[in-house]
Amino acid sequence: MNFDPQRREFLKGATAVSTMTLAPGVMLYARAPDEPVTGAVRWGMLIDTRLCQEDCHACVDACNTEHNLQDLGRPETDAQWIRKLNVRDPLTERSVSMPMMCQHCEHPPCEDVCPTGASFRRADGIVLVDKHTCIGCRYCMMACPYKARSFIHENLDEQLPHAPRGKGCVESCTLCVHRQDDNDHTTACADACQSDGHKANLFGDLNDSNSEISQRIREFGATQFRADLRLNTGVRYQGLF
Amino acid sequence: MRLSSLVLPALMLMASTSAQADAPKPVLPEPLGERCVEPTEVMRARHWEFILHQRDETVHRGIRTTKHSLKNCLECHVRANEAGEYPRASSPEHYCSACHIYAGVRIDCFECHADRPHAAYDALEHHGRLRTEDVKRPEEPQP
Amino acid sequence: MAPVRYATLDAGRPYWGLLVVLAGLLGLGFLGFLHLEHEGHWITGMNNQIVWGIPHVFAVFLIVAASGALNVASIASVFGRTDYKPLARLSGLLAAALLIGGLAILVLDLGRPDRLIVAMTYYNFKSIFAWNIFLYTGLLAVIALYLWVQFQPALERHVRAAGILALLWRLVLTTGTGAIFGFLVARQGYDAAIMAPLFIIMSFSYGTAVFLLVLEVTCRAAGRPLGDALPRQIKNLLGVFVSAVLYFVLAYHLTNLYATEHHDFEAFILNFDSLYSKIFWLGQVGLGSLVPLALFYGPKTRNCRSSAMVGAALVILGGMFQLYVIIIGGQAFPLVMFPGMIESSSFFDGVVASYIPSVWEFMLGFTGILISLIALIAGMGALGFLPEDLSDPAEAG
Repeated sequence: MNFDPQRREFLKGATAVSTMTLAPGVMLYARAPDEPVTGAVRWGMLIDTRLCQEDCHACVDACNTEHNLQDLGRPETDAQWIRKLNVRDPLTERSVSMPMMCQHCEHPPCEDVCPTGASFRRADGIVLVDKHTCIGCRYCMMACPYKARSFIHENLDEQLPHAPRGKGCVESCTLCVHRQDDNDHTTACADACQSDGHKANLFGDLNDSNSEISQRIREFGATQFRADLRLNTGVRYQGLF
Repeated sequence: MRLSSLVLPALMLMASTSAQADAPKPVLPEPLGERCVEPTEVMRARHWEFILHQRDETVHRGIRTTKHSLKNCLECHVRANEAGEYPRASSPEHYCSACHIYAGVRIDCFECHADRPHAAYDALEHHGRLRTEDVKRPEEPQP
Repeated sequence: MAPVRYATLDAGRPYWGLLVVLAGLLGLGFLGFLHLEHEGHWITGMNNQIVWGIPHVFAVFLIVAASGALNVASIASVFGRTDYKPLARLSGLLAAALLIGGLAILVLDLGRPDRLIVAMTYYNFKSIFAWNIFLYTGLLAVIALYLWVQFQPALERHVRAAGILALLWRLVLTTGTGAIFGFLVARQGYDAAIMAPLFIIMSFSYGTAVFLLVLEVTCRAAGRPLGDALPRQIKNLLGVFVSAVLYFVLAYHLTNLYATEHHDFEAFILNFDSLYSKIFWLGQVGLGSLVPLALFYGPKTRNCRSSAMVGAALVILGGMFQLYVIIIGGQAFPLVMFPGMIESSSFFDGVVASYIPSVWEFMLGFTGILISLIALIAGMGALGFLPEDLSDPAEAG
């Protein structure tokens, strides 16, 4: 239980000012519950593949736990919001392991093709499925260049309050949107990577030039998957080929 | 299991054939707290509008106010029995289902959404971090 | 020229018996749908890799064929070939029937078929899928209009305008259907502008094949005289369409073969190793195109109407194979995220996806065909779609 009415009240007071000063020079983004998301932030993730280890699945386990994605013993239809992808260069034998999930594109192909507008990009850069208007046509799964989406092939039970999911709709990584709305600016996978993994996964605000993620990208550079598609992904990778 | 899809039409049929004045009214569990977020008459007629509006606000704009949220409904209206067990949405003892079965109006909210208040999930802490902060507990003063 | 006299099908015991049998089978198909809807898609062979399966092969075939079934009507009223005119009504009915069947499959296969109302009230106009919803339902309305002006002698002068509208509409519709695949930038087998014209020519081929078969079978079953001239012309036309499809397929693969980037995908479809490659060569090209062409134009069979019927049936089968290769082969080929690299994961990255269709998917597909058949037969029983006599003019005297 992390119920803290005082923090909540404090955040309510912060409605007018969307940022609060944590330490000199460091501004922390916070939003009151009645304040809509804006493009002031762009949530993103940086994966340092030089740190990520092939045999480590801390991020995957954390995501499955956070959202109660169950293993039904049917790998071809079971939902996977995040997976470990191993890539090998056949010439140089260089081998890289990394988490793969929704890349939270600025121009998401899933959003383009969705007939009902259920696939959409939130103002803060999170690509979501509005499962109230998803009709389960799976066209977004055809369109996604990252195979990031899963269709729910069976009835579910025991969904968690913060992660509603159900049969017949398509779903994918939400960048732990429930945490972002709670001003808890991490994700389950990034948390797990920092605590149980190899500190390869960093979450942050790409719009804030002072954020750690922005600084690291500025300093060392980072790659987008399928950059040729010009989707401007929110998830970036370091140490690729 | 989508048993409700079979049970509800059957109950609806039963309800409509016996829809006389002496038909038994649904037994609604006593809610927690002093009063609801809106007057009872308003809620009775328009609760679905509030939830529907809040749904779009939350999903698309990230608004997480609790006054009209489905989660907040469950906090007061879905109560545990003496054994500490919470009714599931498939049961007529569930607040929402009690009325919806009676009225023969099928809802699919709980095919995806949790059907019990947060307390019911506290034992499942290993299932990730639960959002408890956005839930307005009855102990809090109502605005 | 004597006015054409149309008559409804003789509503005797064979007619009703056939309808009852078809309705019974349809009921069975609907039970299959209910089971699928109740359990979810895990009981099918479709999965997170092959998201569109056999139902979509059937549905796209019926929708594309619907557009092509209007060929005969277009030839009569837009291009002024009066000898085709007696067949124009049947052409319209068949198109509508096929379209309804195809749409039914698409809807029944949705993850949330109960949300059809959402599909009709929430639109994202950047989605070609959303446009297609309008194009498909719109074509039904256009066909209704087209048939109405044909059935009213007083409105005869509007037939050509309605015919032009229908022709343009279905060209846009098949463009839209091809674009469903052509617009998919992510997949190696799609993302090609040629998909739109390819689907148009496929529609001409499939629709004409279905029409020829329906015409022959109905006339024989209903005892309506049918001369040699019309079936022969339609058969020859079908041969042209089949050849044109082959040409477009050739152009598609040649373009891909030129670019090194596509060599892996081309090998997958063409090298005769994969199942899809075998279906392509044996099913689509051999059985579905070359054999029918031989039957249509071969010296021994070109004047044989039964051979033409066999050929048309093979074109239909080949069309199914072609769509299987396009729709399922295109998904089975691993998505390339790192060109030239070897990928692996728990989510079947880098491997050819497996797909074993279940009985439930075939039931959905046949449900669509049954709906089309019932609509067709019921239509011909209710209104005069089929002329009483289709003998060649000389024979009719």
